[in-house]
Amino acid sequence: MATCQKRRDFIGMALTGVTAVGGVCALGAMKKSWDPLPSVQSAGFVTVDISTIQEGEARSFQWRGKPIFVLRKSADTPKNAKRDVVIGEKIFTLVIGLCTHLGCIPSYDAKKKSFICACHGGVFDASGINTFGPPPRPLDIPPFKISGETLVLGEEGEEYKKLIAKKA
Amino acid sequence: MAEIRKSEGFIDWLDQRLAVKAFMRVMMTEYWIPKNINFLWAMGVVLVILFGVLLVTGLLLLMYYKPDINLAFDSVNYTIMQEVEYGWLWRHMHGVAASATFLIIYIHLFTGIYYGSYKKGREMIWITGMVLFIAFSAEAFSGYMLPWGQMSYWAAQVITNLFSGIPVIGDDVVIWIRGDYVVADATLTRFFMLHVVLLPLVIIVVIAVHFYSLRFPHVNNQDSVEFDFDAESKKFLDGDKKESKVVPFWPVFLSKDFFVVGFFMTIFFALVCYHFDFAMDPINFEPANSMKTPAHIYPEWYFLWNYEVLRGFFFDIGGMAAMDIGLIAFVIANIVFMILPFLDRNPMNTAPAHKRPIFKYWFWLLVCDMIVLTVYGKLPPTGMNAWVGFVAAVIFLGLFIALPFITKHEAKGDEQ
Repeated sequence: MATCQKRRDFIGMALTGVTAVGGVCALGAMKKSWDPLPSVQSAGFVTVDISTIQEGEARSFQWRGKPIFVLRKSADTPKNAKRDVVIGEKIFTLVIGLCTHLGCIPSYDAKKKSFICACHGGVFDASGINTFGPPPRPLDIPPFKISGETLVLGEEGEEYKKLIAKKA
Repeated sequence: MAEIRKSEGFIDWLDQRLAVKAFMRVMMTEYWIPKNINFLWAMGVVLVILFGVLLVTGLLLLMYYKPDINLAFDSVNYTIMQEVEYGWLWRHMHGVAASATFLIIYIHLFTGIYYGSYKKGREMIWITGMVLFIAFSAEAFSGYMLPWGQMSYWAAQVITNLFSGIPVIGDDVVIWIRGDYVVADATLTRFFMLHVVLLPLVIIVVIAVHFYSLRFPHVNNQDSVEFDFDAESKKFLDGDKKESKVVPFWPVFLSKDFFVVGFFMTIFFALVCYHFDFAMDPINFEPANSMKTPAHIYPEWYFLWNYEVLRGFFFDIGGMAAMDIGLIAFVIANIVFMILPFLDRNPMNTAPAHKRPIFKYWFWLLVCDMIVLTVYGKLPPTGMNAWVGFVAAVIFLGLFIALPFITKHEAKGDEQ
């Protein structure tokens, strides 16, 4: 009788063990099914020409489905050495155009020299620093590389690494 | 197996195999409902009818809807609205029923709070009800996104972004939920799955549990009087129907419910036929554009109070980021109703609010505050509006913090 009970316990535990391992693996597989597809992940690199942007003009480009703002600062726009992208004599602000609060797209108000997000009233200055409202941090800077007057978005160039280093 | 004899008819044939007569007795003809309840207790049945409407119209819409970002907008706004015969009817019924469901849920919920129906043995009814509220919210949100209009796109963008507030893994969670860096095709198809299969299944199961949990502590009543259901139901069965304080659910109580349902459905179809747009946002008739946010984003009316709590905290307090405070407040607002039975520290008093000395002020203050939150949730969050939203959000949280103390104080008064 005792051996029989032991044998049953063993079968019970073995069954539980196999089920548990299978269950965990299945959960892992389900989690992976929800991950972005390889084709989405590789939609990485975009080249944009910024040579035609006028002083004080903000233009937006699309990268990974996200808007990228490139603002060419005019002479009277406050500079920010920690965030400015300098190409020759031109000074640019280069940011991902999604409010760091909940991801709406702010619009650039040339008169107030700030990015204003209407959704929750967030305001960022011309360098993308949050100055009012709920956004918790400045607008993010996308990885970029400078070649001449074109930008390669998605590639981490020297200038990008310098900007990131300055932040830290 | 029980002995199966030759049946005397179809019902008897079924009864021998499925015990349908006993089932009907427990669920319908001998499920006892107090007599002293008013029309507000009919909201449960109204909700069942509305859920049925949503299910049937949803199936009809499902035959022509295409869950693809290039086709979704036109499949709704052209195919269903223009080509499919009576497609407009199903769509408007589905849309209006979604809004009406929330209106009735709120009435149902506040009725429960007013009459103390969440207390003393009825906690499970309350908790399963709040689980249903959350499931319906997820269902409404995932469905709102499907037509792929501008407002629904940005609502999805904003709501999925809420998860970035989770410490450390937040940003990855957002990408995981969306299946892309932004709300895109992968997001649409998975929300489609949630809306038409998973969440309806969950809702149906929880509705069953909600009804089941109602069978034991019984329905509360207008005066919150305790009575012996066994004794009262015996009176009724013995023919003393006038003396008995209870009536059977079927056919007596439901006949009254059907009147309320009929009255409600009249209004419902008036809305469907003449004012189907009352709950529809014009911005949602523009196709989604991931490169342009509408000037002002707001959710459907039934989430506005919640939304205003989220954005009410617009400045940092004591080193805490405004966004984090808002998120925490938002999470609290979503779960605080669920723990209401445990916040009300007056165990003796299940009386309706108008008979409770302090609770009645608490109740009406809560209702007023939620109306203020709803109104200001729709207005742009600038200048004075931001401050009104802030104060209302603080009052909302404050009310729930104060509740245990208020009711404890009330309980002391009762003992004297």
